[in-house]
Amino acid sequence: MSREFFLKRYWKLLTTPAKVSMGVILAFGFIAGIVFWGGFNTGMQATNQEEFCIGCHEMKDNVYEEYKSTIHYSNRSGVRAICSDCHVPKDWTHKLIRKIQASKEVWGKITGKIDTREKFLDHRRSMAEREWARMKANDSQECRNCHNFDYMDFSEQSSRAARIHGKALFGVDGKPATGETCIDCHKGIAHQLPDMTGVEGW
Amino acid sequence: MKHTTSLKSVMAFMLAILFTGMVSAADNGGLESLRSDSLELEAPAQAMKKTFENDGVMARDFIQQPPLIPHDIRGYDIDKDHNSCLRCHSWKNASKWGATRISVTHFYDRDGKQLADVAPGRYFCVQCHVVQADAKPLKDNGFEPVDSLK
Ligand code: HEC
Ligand code: HEC
Ligand code: HEC
Ligand code: HEC
Ligand code: HEC
Repeated sequence: MSREFFLKRYWKLLTTPAKVSMGVILAFGFIAGIVFWGGFNTGMQATNQEEFCIGCHEMKDNVYEEYKSTIHYSNRSGVRAICSDCHVPKDWTHKLIRKIQASKEVWGKITGKIDTREKFLDHRRSMAEREWARMKANDSQECRNCHNFDYMDFSEQSSRAARIHGKALFGVDGKPATGETCIDCHKGIAHQLPDMTGVEGW
Repeated sequence: MKHTTSLKSVMAFMLAILFTGMVSAADNGGLESLRSDSLELEAPAQAMKKTFENDGVMARDFIQQPPLIPHDIRGYDIDKDHNSCLRCHSWKNASKWGATRISVTHFYDRDGKQLADVAPGRYFCVQCHVVQADAKPLKDNGFEPVDSLK
């Protein structure tokens, strides 16, 4: 009896929502949306922090230690590139895809896939190759987020750099631009390299 | 017992040497330091010198001189896994980068046997080839290259 009454009342509530309750539902939905969206993006952002990336010793003792002596950690202008600047795409969809891939890396962490320096070095070539392939495929987009060929003053660069960049970008002596991308020539810019036998150009 | 006595005398002897050493360091007999006014004071650290990044190669001063590196080599590591110098200087890659190919002498091992690739004794390039920094020599050097190299 009371059960029927309850259902009836509920049904009525749903089919003939008063203006107020409709507003309440909408408002709740809206706020929940903001909270989830915000939380999600905060999560995405938190996992983009340097502290997060080097929170595990696998990264801290290997790649981070090496990166500290490179130009992207310390340089004359004091502008730094942190892990996520090079390893996580900026645009939303690609970022999401990269983060989902990263969950596999978390699994690697749990199972201790690279928990010693030796294991890390054993896997370095395959990990590096994945990054090279990714950067090659997106035309080194992460590098270009900071370094734009169009605004590089070649006359300020070393002659070696200017000459080769000219060849790659514009082509010289009637030859067309080679179409190479940053990662074709700048491997090992932030970390030590693995065994390079067989890598193109080495 | 005899043993301890001899140990004692040895220690006394060493202390004496140490002491005379300290005295003579303070009174250094008029030696001058090239880097600071006085030998007893540690000279303040000088600013880091900039590496030369030249256009083209540097002149050589004697035959068999390993040519100087005319460019910065920051971050160019050489280890068992890879040799970043050979990325540009190997015969295979040099023309792409406009770099000088390594000399044919680099393919001979120490017994004069010709190898198919860079000899192990030549693998660590910076053992012989060095960059130059923008630093004034502390002592003038009157070395003159032979006429044929000028
Ligand atoms: C967050 C911005 C940022 C990103 C992303 C970035 N860089 Fe840099 N890069 C810099 C800054 C800043 C410098 C130092 C400029 C200076 O003071 O000379 C630099 C310097 C360099 C240099 C000069 C090295 C030297 O020894 O003079 C190279 C080469 C370079 N970057 C390549 C890359 C490549 C390749 C990538 C992509 C994998 C990349 N950068 C990604 C900001 C960035
Ligand atoms: C064809 C090979 C090649 C490509 C492609 C290339 N670089 Fe370079 N780059 C060089 C060489 C060679 C140097 C000078 C030597 C060095 O620094 O190792 C250099 C030097 C630099 C420098 C330092 C400039 C200086 O004055 O020394 C920066 C910054 C740089 N590259 C960024 C980039 C970025 C960003 C890209 C992609 C948009 C890129 N490069 C693509 C070969 C290349
Ligand atoms: C300037 C861009 C740049 C920055 C900054 C950077 N990386 Fe990398 N990273 C690369 C590139 C390029 C590769 C591909 C391998 C190579 O060329 O060294 C790579 C490869 C890796 C690899 C695969 C293993 C290896 O050594 O090849 C790991 C793991 C890694 N990076 C983690 C990090 C972490 C953690 C940080 C922050 C401490 C970081 N990276 C900062 C550019 C960067
Ligand atoms: C990115 C390519 C590149 C890399 C890497 C490189 N070089 Fe060079 N090197 C050159 C170029 C190009 C020249 C010619 C300089 C010029 O003409 O401006 C040169 C010139 C030289 C010369 C002078 C040759 C002569 O005939 O006088 C020596 C020596 C040298 N490099 C040694 C080294 C060593 C040692 C390393 C590793 C630590 C190294 N290079 C890494 C490109 C490179
Ligand atoms: C044991 C000392 C030694 C080592 C190690 C060594 N070189 Fe040399 N290199 C020389 C000497 C000496 C010459 C000049 C005489 C000659 O041609 O043999 C020379 C010449 C050169 C030249 C100029 C060749 C020419 O045709 O003008 C280049 C370029 C060069 N070396 C690069 C390298 C590179 C790159 C490495 C590392 C793979 C290396 N060298 C390792 C001693 C050395």
